[in-house]
Parts: sequence; C-alpha cells; structure tokens
Amino acid sequence: MAIRVQADPFDYGGECASFAAEAEGAGAVVSFCGLVRDNDGTLRGMEIEHYPGMTERALAAIEAQARARWDLADVLVVHRYGAMAPGDMIMMVATASRHRADAFAAAEFLMDYLKSRAPFWKKEHSAQGTDWVAAKAEDEDALNRW
Amino acid sequence: MTLTVLYFAWLRERIGAPRDTLETSATTVAELVAELRAVDERYALAFSDLASIRVALDQELSEFDAPLAGVREVAFFPPMTGG
Repeated sequence: MAIRVQADPFDYGGECASFAAEAEGAGAVVSFCGLVRDNDGTLRGMEIEHYPGMTERALAAIEAQARARWDLADVLVVHRYGAMAPGDMIMMVATASRHRADAFAAAEFLMDYLKSRAPFWKKEHSAQGTDWVAAKAEDEDALNRW
Repeated sequence: MTLTVLYFAWLRERIGAPRDTLETSATTVAELVAELRAVDERYALAFSDLASIRVALDQELSEFDAPLAGVREVAFFPPMTGG
C-alpha cells in the first residue's frame, strides 16, 4: 500500500507496471488517472492547494474503508499539488485484487471519496481570470451510492 | 485556550493569511466563528456563508456545533475538490 502526496509529476505507466508486478496474489489491476481538463480551450493552468497532514490522514482513512469493504491485494494513491498545465496528470489510483470486480468497485469508491473528502482545492487560471473550482452537488451525491 | 486556526483556498485569500494563533474562550466551533467574524470586515466577509464552509478539528472533518475541548488545530475551508 502506498499513499503519496507530491508536487512532482509521476510516471503513470511506470507506476502501473510496478504496482502490478508487486501485487502478490492478485489477478486484476484497475487504474485511473485524472487530468487537468480544459473545458473550453481557455484554460492556462491550474493550481492545487492542500492541507498537509490532514491530506495524508484523509487518504489513509479512505483507503482503510476500501480495504475493509473489498478483498484488495494492494492500493496505490498518488495525488499532486502545486502548479499544473492543461492535460497534466493530477492524480492516480490503482487497485489490485484476486478478481476484477473488487478492483473496479474499490477504484470507483476511492475516486468518489477522494473528490469530496480529501482536502484538496483546485484553482483555475483561464483567459477569463482566476477562479476556485466549486464542488459539485453530484460529487457529494456520489458518496450515497456506497 | 490557545488554538491554531488554519484557512485554505478562498477563505485564506479573503482573510489574507493562512493561519492565526489565538486565545479563545469559545467552547464550540460556532462560538469560534462568531469571534472570528468580529475581528474585522475581512473575517466577517469570509465567514458570511457557513453553508459554503467546512471545518476540521485536529485534521478530522467535523461540524459547526462540535465542542472545542482538547482541540489544538481548527481548519476552515471550502468544500473539497480533489481527484
């Protein structure tokens, strides 16, 4: 298991490959990577702020919940903070399990909780100016399905 | 009681500082918010709509009616946008 909160970019392919190679007894690996999305071609960049200390605790708590619910061989969460450009990788999760259903479900669960329970805040710089990204009601609603 | 109070995202920007260290006799988060609102116009504006603010006590998400007994670090921030 690993949780990493970092400013540096990460190598998604390399992370997935070593995660799969080290996931003992697993028959399935699911991975997800979130990118800086440019909705209308005007985004210049994004800044992600976080709460050092609470971020790691929140991610560990979310991972512990996932492990309690599904039979997981391993979990990896990497989340960046700081300045990013459109198209950059912001974060990734990977889950490994004996069978794919657990890995898929746990990856979705981790993503849903990461969105609204891990203390990160996104600020977008665009041609129109600078704005904090507002949380969406549907992200909060997504937690209810678990 | 001495508290470290942290602010993130637009709350930090509106207040103009990432943290305060303050002496308070507030017994709940709501009482602390009332004290902060009284500091000056920036704080009053930052804390004008509590529906758009979340609070963490010693790095655990909490509620505005929660007691402050034993708490050392209070953080205020907008709803989180991770992922």
